[in-house]
Amino acid sequence: MLKIVGYPDRYSVAPGETIAFKLSVEEGASFDARIVRVVNGDCNPEGPGLEFRHVPTDADGRHAALVQRVDAGSYMIAEGVPPLAEKPFTFCAFIWPTLPTRPDQTLAAQWDSATQSGFRIVIAGGRTGIVVGDGKGGISTAFVDGVMIPRRWYHLVISLDPASGDVTIAQRPFIAYAKTQDAGVFSGRLDVRPAALAAPFLLAGTVEKDGSVDRHYDGKIDSPTLLAGQHGPEDHLRLLQAHMPQELATSVVARWDFSRGIDTAAATDVGPSLLHGRLEQLPTRGMKGWNWTGEEHAWPRKPEQYGAVHFHHDDVYDAAWKTSVEVRLPDDMPSGAYALHAVCGDSDETATREAYIAFFVRPPRAKAARGKRPKVLLLAPTMSYLAYANHGEHITARGAERQMGRLLTFGHADLYMYDHAELGGSLYDTHADGSGVNYSSRLRPNLNFSPRYHSWLGGPGSALYQYNADTHLFAWLDRKGVDYDVVTDEDLHEDGYELLAEYPIVLTGTHPEYHSTAMWDAMKAWVDRGGRLMYLGANGWYWRIAFNKSLPGVIEVRRAEDGTRTWEQEPGEYHHSFTGEYGGLWRRLGRAPNVMCGIGFIAQGFDMSSYYRRAPDADNPRVGFIFKDVPDEIIGNFGLVGGGAAGIELDCISLPLGSPPNILRLASSDGHSSMMMLTNEEFSIVLPNLGGDQNERVHADLTFYETPAGGAVFGTGSIAWCGSLLPNGGDNNVSRITWNVLERFLDETPF
Amino acid sequence: MVYKIDPDADRVYIEEFRQKPIGAHSPGLQRLLNIMRHDPSGRQVVLVCRKPFEEWVLGQMPVDRSEPIAIEDEPIFTDIGSAEWEVFRRRWRAITGEDINMPFRD
Repeated sequence: MLKIVGYPDRYSVAPGETIAFKLSVEEGASFDARIVRVVNGDCNPEGPGLEFRHVPTDADGRHAALVQRVDAGSYMIAEGVPPLAEKPFTFCAFIWPTLPTRPDQTLAAQWDSATQSGFRIVIAGGRTGIVVGDGKGGISTAFVDGVMIPRRWYHLVISLDPASGDVTIAQRPFIAYAKTQDAGVFSGRLDVRPAALAAPFLLAGTVEKDGSVDRHYDGKIDSPTLLAGQHGPEDHLRLLQAHMPQELATSVVARWDFSRGIDTAAATDVGPSLLHGRLEQLPTRGMKGWNWTGEEHAWPRKPEQYGAVHFHHDDVYDAAWKTSVEVRLPDDMPSGAYALHAVCGDSDETATREAYIAFFVRPPRAKAARGKRPKVLLLAPTMSYLAYANHGEHITARGAERQMGRLLTFGHADLYMYDHAELGGSLYDTHADGSGVNYSSRLRPNLNFSPRYHSWLGGPGSALYQYNADTHLFAWLDRKGVDYDVVTDEDLHEDGYELLAEYPIVLTGTHPEYHSTAMWDAMKAWVDRGGRLMYLGANGWYWRIAFNKSLPGVIEVRRAEDGTRTWEQEPGEYHHSFTGEYGGLWRRLGRAPNVMCGIGFIAQGFDMSSYYRRAPDADNPRVGFIFKDVPDEIIGNFGLVGGGAAGIELDCISLPLGSPPNILRLASSDGHSSMMMLTNEEFSIVLPNLGGDQNERVHADLTFYETPAGGAVFGTGSIAWCGSLLPNGGDNNVSRITWNVLERFLDETPF
Repeated sequence: MVYKIDPDADRVYIEEFRQKPIGAHSPGLQRLLNIMRHDPSGRQVVLVCRKPFEEWVLGQMPVDRSEPIAIEDEPIFTDIGSAEWEVFRRRWRAITGEDINMPFRD
C-alpha cells in the first residue's frame, strides 16, 4: 500500500515559475524530496531500466509531513439563509434518487452536528424524512412509508411548524406504477422542537463536527425552494408558472434555479433575497430536469428543462490539500518531463514509501524570454492522462479480465485506489450510483500519472499505458540526443496555434485521445500551415472534451451516441455543461481522427501486441527516406509493450472518414488474436467476425502523407509503437524508421 | 444458450493453455476462457504484485467494494504464466470437479 501520495498544483509550469506539491504522508513526521528529470519510467528488467536525473533546486531536503484526506461528495451551500426554524417553513424539490436505499442521505439541512441541533431533510432506506434536534440532546424523526424507486422523479414537499412540532411530508412519484408503493404522506407532530440556527443551508450534504461534509445524497435535485409558512405541493408547482401568484411570491425565502449558470459552480437564487449558493466538488450540471420533454436535447436552447443537478457522494473536484513543498524553478530550466521524488522511508513488499509526482516544464511564456527554441515539440497528452486519472475499471468493472485476455494485475497503487474511492474516478469509471464520471480534475492525486506505475491494461511485459508508456519516447529522444521542448494539452488549449507555430515538428505521445475544440483547431491550423506531425500512437483525436472557463484544472466528457466506451450518456444529456458544445466522438462532428492525422481508430485488444508487414507503398520513392537501412519485411516483432509494435489500440486508413487521397500505406500490422476487436462505431449490424483472427479490417497502418503547405504527417497507428523503440539498445527497425522520419522532418526542405 | 463446459470435449484445450496462457488461442480454447473468466458472483480473481517483475500472489475482490481484497500469502509466483496456470486449474476444478495434476512447466 502507498504511504505517500500527492499532486502538483499544475501539470505544466514555465521556468522561473513556482510549482507547489501537496502530499499526504501516512508514516512519520517528515519526508525527503528532490526534483528529477524523468528519462524512463519503466522498471522492466527486459528494458533499459528506470532512469531519473536529479535536478538541484530548493526542493532538495527534508520537509514536514502531513496526513491529508480527500473530502469527497458534492453539495450546495448557501450562506445567509435565515434561521428557518424560527417560524413555520416549507422545503420543496423535485428529486431523482439514484441510490435511495443508502442510509442517512441529506437532501437539505440547516444543522449543527456538534450540538445536534437544527433540521435535516433526509432520505434513508428509500424514504423521505425529517430529523430535528433541539441542541439539548433531544432528537426527533419522521418518515413517510413509501420507498422510492431509483431513477424516477419524485415531488417532495416537507413543511414544519417549529412551535407546535407539526410536520407534513409528501413524497409523490411523477409516474404511478401498479403494485408499487413509492408514494407516501406523513402528517403528525414531532416531540422535539428544532433549534433555529444561523447556519449555512446545504443541499446534498451535512457539515460534520470536524468540518468535513458527509451524509451526501446521490441523485438529481431540481427546483429546490424554501417558503415561509406551511405549503403543499400545488404551491410549489404554482411558483414555477410564468405568472407567480402574489400571495405565494411573498412567501419565497429562496428558489435556487439550477438552469441558470449551468457552466458555472454558482447556484442562483431567483428569490428576492438573492441567497445565492455555490456547488462544491462539481456535481454534474446540464442534466435533464423533472420537466424535460425530449423535444430538445441541447440545454443551451432550452435551459429551463435542464434545471437538475446530479449530486454524487463520490464527486471530487478539489482535494484542497495544504502545500508540502513549493519550489521556484530555475530561470534556465530546460523544458521536459520532471517529477518530484518524495520518500518517507524504505519500501518493501507490503508498502511503498516513495512517490514520483509528475509534471512538465514548458518553454518560457514570454516570447522575449524564449530565445531560440529547438525544432521539435512534444505535445504531452496530459488531458488523456487526466481522462484516465485513477482509472479504476479493473476495480469496478468485474469481468475486465475477460476483456484483457489475462489476469488483472494490482500493484501498490491499485490496492490504494481500491481502498480510497474518495480520490475520485477517471472518465472511464462510474460513480457508485452507476452514472458515468463526466468530470476529471487534476486537483487531486492522480496515481497512474506517474513513472513506475504499471497499468492493468498496459501490454504484457512492461505493462505501461498513457504517461508511463510515453516515458519510452522520452528515453528514446534522450538517447538520440534530440533537443526538444514539451508543452501540454492544457497549454495548447490556453495558448492555441501560436504555441505550435514556431516549431516545425510536433511529436505526440502514445495515446493522445482527448481534445478540446481549441486544441483541435490549433493543431489542424498548424498541420495545414506546413507543420510536420509525428503521430506516434493510436486512438488519437477521438473524444471531445470541454474545459471550464472559471474552474481551473478540470475537463468534461460526454459519452454520446457511440464509440468504445465504458458507460453511456443518457439521451438528452449529450451537451457539455462547461461549454454547451455537443460532446462525444470527434468523428460525429465531422472531424474523424483521419482528418487530423490520416488514420483513425479501428480496433483494440490487450492480450499481446503483434508486428507490421511491409506494404507496397514502402517502395514508393516519396518515402525512400523512411526505409533507409530498413529492408525488413517484418517490422516491430519485438517490444516492451505486449511483445510487439502493433498493439493495445490500432488506427488505420479510411478515405471515407477523411484520410487524404495521397496517403501512403507503408506497412500494416498482422497476426492479431481474436482478442483484438473491431471498435463498435465501425459496424452497424453486429458481425460474427470482430476479432483480428477473422477480420481483415483489424490492423494498424503505418502511414505517411505530404500536405499542400510543404509539411507532412507520419502515423504509426499503434499505441505499442513506442514500446518497441528501446529494445536492443534502440538498434532496431522501429527505432530506425522513427529516426529516419525525424531526421527528414528536421530538414527544412519542403515536401 | 451459453456454452456449458464439457470436461470430456474441452480437456483437449488444457495443454494448449499450459503452453501459452496469454496470447492468441484457438477458437475452442478462447470460448473456454471466455466462460471461465466470468464469475456471476462478481468475485474477481486478481494478481497482486508484491515486487515488480519478481513476485505475485493471488487476490480476490469481494462483491462489495467496501470489503477488503482478500490477498493470499501463498503460493508466491515468480512469473505471471504460473499464476495464470494456477487460476486455470482452480477454475477447471470448480467447474468440472476434476483436478489438473500437471505443473506449469515440465
